[in-house]
Amino acid sequence: MANVDVLVRVPVSEQDPLVRAKNFDEVCLGYSKEEAMDEATRCLNCKNAQCVKGCPVSINIPAFIEQVKDGNIEKAYSIISESSALPAVCGRVCPQESQCEGKCIRGIKGEPVSIGKLERFTADWARENGIKPQGAEEKNGHKVAVVGSGPAGLTCAGDLAKLGYDVTIFEALHEAGGVLVYGIPEFRLPKTKVVAAEVENVKSLGVKIETNVIIGKTITIDKLMEEEGFEAVFIGSGAGLPRFMGIPGEQANGVFSANEFLTRNNLMKAYQEGYDTPISRGKKVVVVGGGNVAMDAARTALRLGAEVHVVYRRGEAELPARAEEVHHAKEEGVIFDLLQNPTEILVDENGWVSGIKVIKMELGEPDESGRRSPVEIPGSEYEIEADTVIMSLGTSPNPLISSTTKGIETNRRGCIVAEENGATTKTAVYAGGDAVTGAATVILAMGAGKAAAAGIHEYFMNK
Amino acid sequence: MYSILKAEQLADKIYLMDVKAPRVAASCLPGQFVIVKIDGVGERIPLTICDYDREAGTITIVFQTVGASTMRMAELKAGDSFEDFVGPLGLPSELCEEENLEETKKKKIVFIAGGVGTAPVYPQVKWLKEHGVDTTVIMGSRTKDLLFFVDKMEKVATQLCVTTDDGSYGFHGMGTNQLQALVDAGQTFDHCVAIGPMIMMKFVCKLTKELEIPTVVSMNPIMVDGTGMCGACRLVVGDEVKFACVDGPEFDGHLVDFDQAMARQAQYKTEEGRAKLALEEGDTHHGGCGHCGGDK
Repeated sequence: MANVDVLVRVPVSEQDPLVRAKNFDEVCLGYSKEEAMDEATRCLNCKNAQCVKGCPVSINIPAFIEQVKDGNIEKAYSIISESSALPAVCGRVCPQESQCEGKCIRGIKGEPVSIGKLERFTADWARENGIKPQGAEEKNGHKVAVVGSGPAGLTCAGDLAKLGYDVTIFEALHEAGGVLVYGIPEFRLPKTKVVAAEVENVKSLGVKIETNVIIGKTITIDKLMEEEGFEAVFIGSGAGLPRFMGIPGEQANGVFSANEFLTRNNLMKAYQEGYDTPISRGKKVVVVGGGNVAMDAARTALRLGAEVHVVYRRGEAELPARAEEVHHAKEEGVIFDLLQNPTEILVDENGWVSGIKVIKMELGEPDESGRRSPVEIPGSEYEIEADTVIMSLGTSPNPLISSTTKGIETNRRGCIVAEENGATTKTAVYAGGDAVTGAATVILAMGAGKAAAAGIHEYFMNK
Repeated sequence: MYSILKAEQLADKIYLMDVKAPRVAASCLPGQFVIVKIDGVGERIPLTICDYDREAGTITIVFQTVGASTMRMAELKAGDSFEDFVGPLGLPSELCEEENLEETKKKKIVFIAGGVGTAPVYPQVKWLKEHGVDTTVIMGSRTKDLLFFVDKMEKVATQLCVTTDDGSYGFHGMGTNQLQALVDAGQTFDHCVAIGPMIMMKFVCKLTKELEIPTVVSMNPIMVDGTGMCGACRLVVGDEVKFACVDGPEFDGHLVDFDQAMARQAQYKTEEGRAKLALEEGDTHHGGCGHCGGDK
């Protein structure tokens, strides 16, 4: 074993920023087995483990790290699999710093244990060594439909299959994975190696996936229950419609939603030779917004060859994106124009974007979200030259399902109303993830999928 | 996989296919569209449904070759298949809803179809015929060789007027000229549906606004997912921004900003042109012309 400073993390190797800014290969290269075992020795194996409380799917973190420390990676994987259907995904995209690692006792004096990197190592090792999660021994014969194959749907389906349910996932797009395939780029989450493999793991539990079925259009939830014999339904249909600012020039050519830009690039693989779907490779791109999706769009545009500016109306401390994503974006050369807000998109005589007019902001009093709200500085407007503007302002729920299903209540923002266990206002219909909360994170959606699986199981037990 | 049961060329660059897609055939209505994807590297292409057979579980699509994916689609034969075929998407035509039938029956309806737009007009006229509603259909193209569905349309339209821009068949002139001629001859209409190239719909709307005939158009902007997720298909209708995939594809033609819609439709022209050129020229194209980036 190498000399490990208990206060400092074993560093993880990454692609050089200047090299990776020009390719779509994964940024973080992950731990080797030796590095993982070294890092695992830093875990205090707390009796009252705070990290587990910080995990939305309650992985038994000290137990799996204990196994990694001893080199029993297969055992570590089976411990994680009890709680999570997508560990290779979560190890990469969870905001660990505000969840498990944020509560790590080791983090009080030094750096918290790299729980995310250890989870990623364990899941990658299992995949490379052909280890699959264990399915149910006996089927119970109850049919459950899951709407959407994103993190919420996959988690719910996986948990139900392990309990013996006959689960079918219906996916609107041509590929399973939801936001994991259309939203998060290859350089953060490899599609074939990681996402497709985790989807295969869920299928190996007995879950069927039918792509190209849009619930609410191709068939309704009511028909699934009345005509196709599904006794319960979980809705994990995701967030939906992109928001725009409503400023002049927004319909010009060269203005895209982050969803469109990322879907073309990630799902349709427009960045790769040989794919038919086009993408606009700007020379100077402005991304509006400061969340993880904005970082993904900015870093994608950069890799397609553009100079990229992120325009965000608050300051650096208020950026909603994960610190790691902001750090990576800066390293790669993304320019941050903070405390600025667009007021108009400038359009040339051919209907294309030629620039964006922004006004400088300063931070005022904290608003209801606790963040200091930005206030315009009068007379501070100026123009940034640009040929492409990507709007990354979040999404609002897609009404497709709520408007076509009898008895499902939505709130005033259009989100489906659901209890802690996922129960909606319609009997035997559960919901979770962005369809309920509005745009949030992969792991929160997984937590909701997990809670709903338990809720559905309880429903059948009491029936 | 979604197998192709029939494939035929209707006219220059215009193709028809019957595709087995039982779930779509069970639920679709006139006015809605599907998205097809030929294979793993193909684009998602939105196509308005041209006909459907619920019992056989088939959907009829008609498409024109415009880019790399549609050129490859044109080469498919009966027995081949699409990797992906999803729908029905968008809202059904309001004219073809059972609950509106009594109102619809009172209307004097004229359809104006241009070019490949004849295909999506057909199922609406057919549905109306089956429900006892009279229709006038003006269908036109640039020249006789580009006309298709004349026989089919004759069977379902109460009054059919065929036009060609060059006078090689039927009325010599455009759909707008024919409509004006019918109105001049004393016919009256109180509802118009125009489907075809955007420029044609724009001019139909200009005329029907003068004639005070409410007009519905079917928009076919650029789309990616077709379910409301990407916003590529947004267009301005009146004062509002609408998504053609979930709010449409049919809109009040007198409120649509056609100039902006046409500009947006040309957004990927350069990129599409390159992909098409690479496909047409195959291995013979080695770049270096300075216009296409050199690698395709």
